[in-house]
Amino acid sequence: MSMQLIVTGAPHIHSRSDVSKLMWNVVIAMLPALGVALWTFGMPALKVIGISLAACLLTEWLIARFLLHKPFTLFNGSAVITGLLLAFNLPSILPWWMVVIGAVVAIGIGKMSFGGLGCNIWNPALVGRVFLLLSFPAAMTTWPVDVPSGVDAVTGATYLSQLKHEGAAALQSGTDYLGMAVGHMNGSLGEVGSIAILVGLVWLLATRTITWHIPVSVLGGAALMSWALGGSPLIDLLSGGLMLGAVFMATDYVTSPMTHSGQLIFGVMIGVITIIIRRFGAYPEGVSFAILLMNSFVPLINRYTRPQIFGAREAARAAKGGAR
Amino acid sequence: MFKTFRRGGVHPNPEKLTRDSEIVSVPVAGVLYLSMNQSIGAPAKPCVKAGDVVEAGQKIAEAGGFVSANVHSPVAGTVRKVETIRNAAGFWVEAVSIEPSEPGVPLPLPDKTLDNALFADAMKLEPKEITARVREAGIVGLGGAAFPTSVKLSIPEGKSADTFLLNGAECEPYLTCDDALMRRWAPQILAGALLMARAVGATRVLVGVEANKPEAIAALEKAARTMPSPVGVVRLKTKYPQGSEKQLIEAMTGRIVPAGGLPVDAHVVVDNVATAFAAYEAVCLGLPLTRRVVTVTGMEMKNRGNFLAPLGTPIESLAEAGGGLPQEGPVKVLAGGPMMGQAVAVLSAPTVKANGGVTVLAGMDILRRVEKNCIRCARCVDACPMGLQPHLIATLGKLRLAPEAKDEGIMNCLECGCCSYVCPSWRHLVDYIRIGKTLIRKELKR
Amino acid sequence: MISSSIIVLGVIGIIAAVLLFWAAKKFRVDEDPRILEIEDMLPGANCGGCGLSGCHAFAVACVKEGSLDNLNCVGVTSEDMVRIGSIIGAVPPPSVKRRARMKCQADCTLRDVHNHYAGTRSCLLANNLYMGETDCLYGCLGCGDCVRVCPFDALSIPEGHVLPVVDPDRCTACGRCVGACPRNVIEIAEIHPDENQVWVACGNKDRAPLAMKECSVACIGCSKCVRTCKHEAVTVNSFLAHIDSTKCVGCGECVEACPRKSIVIVKMAGDPKATTLGTETETGTAPGSYNS
Repeated sequence: MSMQLIVTGAPHIHSRSDVSKLMWNVVIAMLPALGVALWTFGMPALKVIGISLAACLLTEWLIARFLLHKPFTLFNGSAVITGLLLAFNLPSILPWWMVVIGAVVAIGIGKMSFGGLGCNIWNPALVGRVFLLLSFPAAMTTWPVDVPSGVDAVTGATYLSQLKHEGAAALQSGTDYLGMAVGHMNGSLGEVGSIAILVGLVWLLATRTITWHIPVSVLGGAALMSWALGGSPLIDLLSGGLMLGAVFMATDYVTSPMTHSGQLIFGVMIGVITIIIRRFGAYPEGVSFAILLMNSFVPLINRYTRPQIFGAREAARAAKGGAR
Repeated sequence: MFKTFRRGGVHPNPEKLTRDSEIVSVPVAGVLYLSMNQSIGAPAKPCVKAGDVVEAGQKIAEAGGFVSANVHSPVAGTVRKVETIRNAAGFWVEAVSIEPSEPGVPLPLPDKTLDNALFADAMKLEPKEITARVREAGIVGLGGAAFPTSVKLSIPEGKSADTFLLNGAECEPYLTCDDALMRRWAPQILAGALLMARAVGATRVLVGVEANKPEAIAALEKAARTMPSPVGVVRLKTKYPQGSEKQLIEAMTGRIVPAGGLPVDAHVVVDNVATAFAAYEAVCLGLPLTRRVVTVTGMEMKNRGNFLAPLGTPIESLAEAGGGLPQEGPVKVLAGGPMMGQAVAVLSAPTVKANGGVTVLAGMDILRRVEKNCIRCARCVDACPMGLQPHLIATLGKLRLAPEAKDEGIMNCLECGCCSYVCPSWRHLVDYIRIGKTLIRKELKR
Repeated sequence: MISSSIIVLGVIGIIAAVLLFWAAKKFRVDEDPRILEIEDMLPGANCGGCGLSGCHAFAVACVKEGSLDNLNCVGVTSEDMVRIGSIIGAVPPPSVKRRARMKCQADCTLRDVHNHYAGTRSCLLANNLYMGETDCLYGCLGCGDCVRVCPFDALSIPEGHVLPVVDPDRCTACGRCVGACPRNVIEIAEIHPDENQVWVACGNKDRAPLAMKECSVACIGCSKCVRTCKHEAVTVNSFLAHIDSTKCVGCGECVEACPRKSIVIVKMAGDPKATTLGTETETGTAPGSYNS
């Protein structure tokens, strides 16, 4: 082989960052939470995660292969993320066929119907979860009574459902914040270990996979709103899917705003809406709805938070001065 | 604390492989091809014909207009032909080819010490005279823009400049020609800057150098102490595109050039350090611009270094001096650095005034990966130094929606390449933006 | 409880009805129903081949003008134009069939390739950037801008080809490809079913020694064709031959005479070789050829 002269337009070098790398970084960041889920819920959790992953990957492959006629995209990691996230949002005792339905809806309707990765409006995993929540409300809010790890957890109900039905008084005394943080509570698979999720966040920030704007603004917005409504910000932050949503779901590139100012608005609104749903809505938990709702607003946010073009303000001022 | 511009920018691996190499003069090639298109603007008109004997520094072509520059012969020799040749991109350009009387002999390196007496005399010259001498010497912006310097020094009616900035940022990865120049001829560079500042009537003279060139900064600081009037040396953060005119002005003075405006709208004139050196030689020594320092670099280049080469040297001769091109596999030869340099299609094409580097990239890694869908990660928005939304204007350009792209400010794009550099989907954003810009220019012409 | 619901909903319904009625009145746009009728017959590709901004504009213009003398949709058959004419009571002028064709026939077997273009596949971009993969500054770049802009899918670069080919049945001569080609490689030509098509499939304006090096089928401006032609149809300008189609009778003698095989012929009537694209004609491959 002799020398072949290559010609392209500039630039000729690349940072070598890659979509797959970013996606696998997110998967790695989810591993601590995955570990906590397995430790807390045991084998049933593994089953749900496995089924969700397999169903998501299979759906993606079938649709890409036979409907979109696109090349094999399984290993870019995005379907793995959706599968894991969906599983994180389900109770460990959900029947297997419900998990499959959730996965098919998440990938098929939530992602591929828009054209695949990068084209969807809503977070696919949440589309799947909300579909299940609305279709099978009872199954989706039934938590294991006997948590296999045998820790001293609130059984059969989550903090939030207790809060909703029995009022704040039920929890006021003896809230085990530390226990909540490390996973000694009930709920969906991925939402129980706040510390584990924060470890994931540190990984995402350290590898520059995401910036701090969305997670911080979601948590900050929720804490502020909770405090303003006279609740306990710490309980609100540690319970339910808020942490999971703030770190892994609101930060989804595709469905979050493009500019940092837009991301802050997006994040704060998710936090605020979550708390409003928790306090005044029919559901004990509102993170999923809040994120999906704000996903819909992303185009609008993008439109109004456009970055200022370098020198545009000065040019406008000069034009004004010239007119005088 | 290092100064920098506020918005955007990227941190490519600097790859300054030739940072320690001293300037070496390359042997003069067998034939030098002096292109008539060495400045942005009208091509120069040859004023010699085949068979003419020319001296070193003799004018061989007249500027073809106000925005144009003279061309001079770098060596003594015989005009072989006035012919059309292919430039690095392969387009036909008019050129004067010269056969040197002493091929193979390197040009002498300029003196290391500054001739203070000549400089003091030159500082007494009328500003107009300085500009005239710069014009006569055919000096253009040597940072890559090739804008005739004398035009820059002629401040338009009703505008004024109070600050003269010297651009020694050299933010392009790989290139070290300005660095080498600053290390060796710092006093001359500052002298040239002071002369040009005098030409535009600027009272403040600042030199900006990226922090990854400590030796150049030290040399400049040392030289600044010997200058007749104060020259400030500003340390800039190592960040691309620090050397872009508008970004440099913001970093060094805090002023913002209005969109669509020129530096002089912010009362600033910016010139490259190599231009300042050429201006010193032209004004003080009466030497025209006939040679420049070119960095020949690349991982595969064994004798890579900073070479003083006469203009018109074929790019392949320079590559030869740098150790020869790789014999196998895909190779990209760039006129300039890897972020904004142009891929050379014709290796026999001559170097021109604006070309500060020959960067050779080789291996399978230089091929672009397959583009994927945009995942709206907004890395391009973060990286854009001009506050644009590259993902958006690129898509509009790709779809050939020129009016919409224009509304989104596509014409403000510098084509610095930051967006393409960071895109994790490997989208060729700058390519698409260029399509949009070309379409808009086409419409304007109509 | 129930009665109050009925009242509330009923009132809301009435208010909405009034609002809708008012809006329908207020924003009513009177449009000639013939416009819609004509628009339904148009291809809807908004190709701009008629010189107007799109199919709707064409339909409006038809109704407004009341005649088809200056209006012709390139995307429909002449029978359709007669039908459109009957709607507005006009007769279309006899139409001339026009098709796009390529003024370059040199794929990489005929031109030496000196570098590899690995950038974005866009002719506009490549043409801005540099000379292209070969030395010819006038020939097709093969990046397919024309294929992408064609609203009728008439252009394609088949597997293994470098140059695009024109599907004569789909091409409507709308001219989009001509506008998109940065090197003016595509031209629109009139076709007469009873006349052979002869044209110079080259745009190279370089002098003979250069042109010979650049491409093996480049026109070098040798003027042999000029001398051969008995009808004074061929001229040479800037080292490039040009055939005046109004004078050419399609005899094909210049094709025989051309030492560079730059002139191509497509035999129209009854020649089976000329009925499919890119088939072997007497001169070799006729790129972007067409039948009647």
